[in-house]
Amino acid sequence: MRYVLRRGFGVAPTLAGVLVVTFLITHCLPGDPAVFFASNPSMDAGAVAAIREKLGLDLPLWRQFFLYVAQVAHGDLGQSITTGQPVARDLMRLLPASMELTICAFALANLIALPLGIAAALRPRSLMDHACRIISTAGVSLPTFVTGLVLIYVFYYLADIAPEPIGRIDAFAVPPPRVTGFFLVDTLLSGDARGFVMAAKQIVLPALTMALFALAPLARMTRAAMLGVLSADFIRAARANGLSASTIVFTYAFRNAMLPVVTTLGMVFSYMLGANVLVEKVFAWPGIGSYTLDALMALDYAPVQGFMLMMAAIFVAINLLIDVVYALIDPRAELDADA
Amino acid sequence: MRDRLASARRVLAENPLDLVALGFFSLLVLCAALGPCIAPYDPLATDTTIALQAPSLAHWFGADQLGRDIFSRVVVATRLDLFIAFAAVVLSGVVGSVIGAAIGYHRGFADASVSRVVDVLMAFPLFVLAMATVAALGNTIMNVIYATAIINLPFYIRLARAETNIRRGLGYVEAARVGGSSHARILFVCLLPNILPALVVQASLNLGWAVLNAAGLSFIGLGVRAPTPEWGIMVADGAQFITSRQWWIALFPGLALMLAVFSFNLIGDGLRDIVDPRSRT
Repeated sequence: MRYVLRRGFGVAPTLAGVLVVTFLITHCLPGDPAVFFASNPSMDAGAVAAIREKLGLDLPLWRQFFLYVAQVAHGDLGQSITTGQPVARDLMRLLPASMELTICAFALANLIALPLGIAAALRPRSLMDHACRIISTAGVSLPTFVTGLVLIYVFYYLADIAPEPIGRIDAFAVPPPRVTGFFLVDTLLSGDARGFVMAAKQIVLPALTMALFALAPLARMTRAAMLGVLSADFIRAARANGLSASTIVFTYAFRNAMLPVVTTLGMVFSYMLGANVLVEKVFAWPGIGSYTLDALMALDYAPVQGFMLMMAAIFVAINLLIDVVYALIDPRAELDADA
Repeated sequence: MRDRLASARRVLAENPLDLVALGFFSLLVLCAALGPCIAPYDPLATDTTIALQAPSLAHWFGADQLGRDIFSRVVVATRLDLFIAFAAVVLSGVVGSVIGAAIGYHRGFADASVSRVVDVLMAFPLFVLAMATVAALGNTIMNVIYATAIINLPFYIRLARAETNIRRGLGYVEAARVGGSSHARILFVCLLPNILPALVVQASLNLGWAVLNAAGLSFIGLGVRAPTPEWGIMVADGAQFITSRQWWIALFPGLALMLAVFSFNLIGDGLRDIVDPRSRT
């Protein structure tokens, strides 16, 4: 517990840095927000100046930064010009869509990658091993936006199994009453089996697209880690003592092999959050990625700022979680941190 | 050197796939060098009579919605895509290794502060950071290169720092110091050449990723602009036609992109196997 707390405090400087970077980058975004607000042609230079003053854009940079930090501390991420809503509310409304997609893809990737990697490591140079190598090298080479399009063409246009790749649910269907915002969960909660199937059909292709990309490093790492562990002395000792193969593989080897895999998860998640933007665009998925892209094209910078902040916060939180999981799997990590 | 060559031959013999990758790589370099001379048509010339035509003998990869020959566009685009990736990787590689080696050698305050900055950069999902950087700096090819270089930078800094840190206490470094060499000389003459192989492997592994990244940026409309032939943009152009039968507009540039990244990754793996056999996975 103490370890968790200390790790938690450890991210504070990183978060502060994230605030600075986010602020500086969005500050450089082209387009004067005051002119945007004052899009009414009858407004003159004086009116624009008044709006600049109201938005605090006439203050020196460092004061603007502190204003910004104070706003963020109050949960205020500014106002989106395109939707006319507070950015924080927009993001919270759209976040479940993105999370649902990312979590499904992540689960899918793990379900495929871990068994594949283990199977490959148990029989090096077998057919399974070569399959693992090809999949893991090909997987990282697949641009998500191309895989997505190919999947759409094959499963929607040619085979006609998948629904039209637009949004989270059929355009004419009523979305489920919002409880968690995850359509898959909400439809089940309201006992709507048809809605669940519909939502599941919509999510399969985008989730698969992302999973294909994410599973490559995972399978590769699992294979390498398992290979390393299986050749260790304690495994040989276990074998010599006559333990069953499944005990050796799952109880002894797997837990040890998980350590480097768990560390890779952080990197995989970073890729996935980035790939999210591309996948959401390809499948017209109404998540925070599409929302930010629309804002970016409209030179509407508050949403971009909010999005970057949110992404970084999520990613930092996930890394923290990974550290904790790591300590749970390997108690030595905690000791090292104390030393 | 002879050992290296021998092990290179062994690695290649074990992985025929690496040879294939080398073949693809040469093909790409050829396209990049001679692109406009190989292309049978002008990549920008529009011809509405053949708009949306399927692949045929005259137009191998078909034609897009404006009647431009896709094969020519894919070939000509090679130069731009490879240039962006190479420039970004070289830029981040050189800057990152010098910074990383310097802070790994000197430690102290510079080390602590640069490491903090690297932590902050790594706290962003990297593609998101690249997206925001291009949007902020402006929509030009140079800025795509800078953005891709920035998100690659942390890897080189960390690697060079770690590698220098291991070596800074070694005998030959101490000998150089006792012999009166300046810090700069120790850094550039004794340390950097020794950590170079690891950095080169990292760079070759990053190359594929840099291509993906640049194409991804132009796919969402950042960076390279419309009429310019570039794989990411061409895929974006074709995306709207994928649900109405015209698969070739998006598929061929997508395939070129995949092929490029695939061969870069395989070459990177092969190079690592040669340079550092222990880290084979």
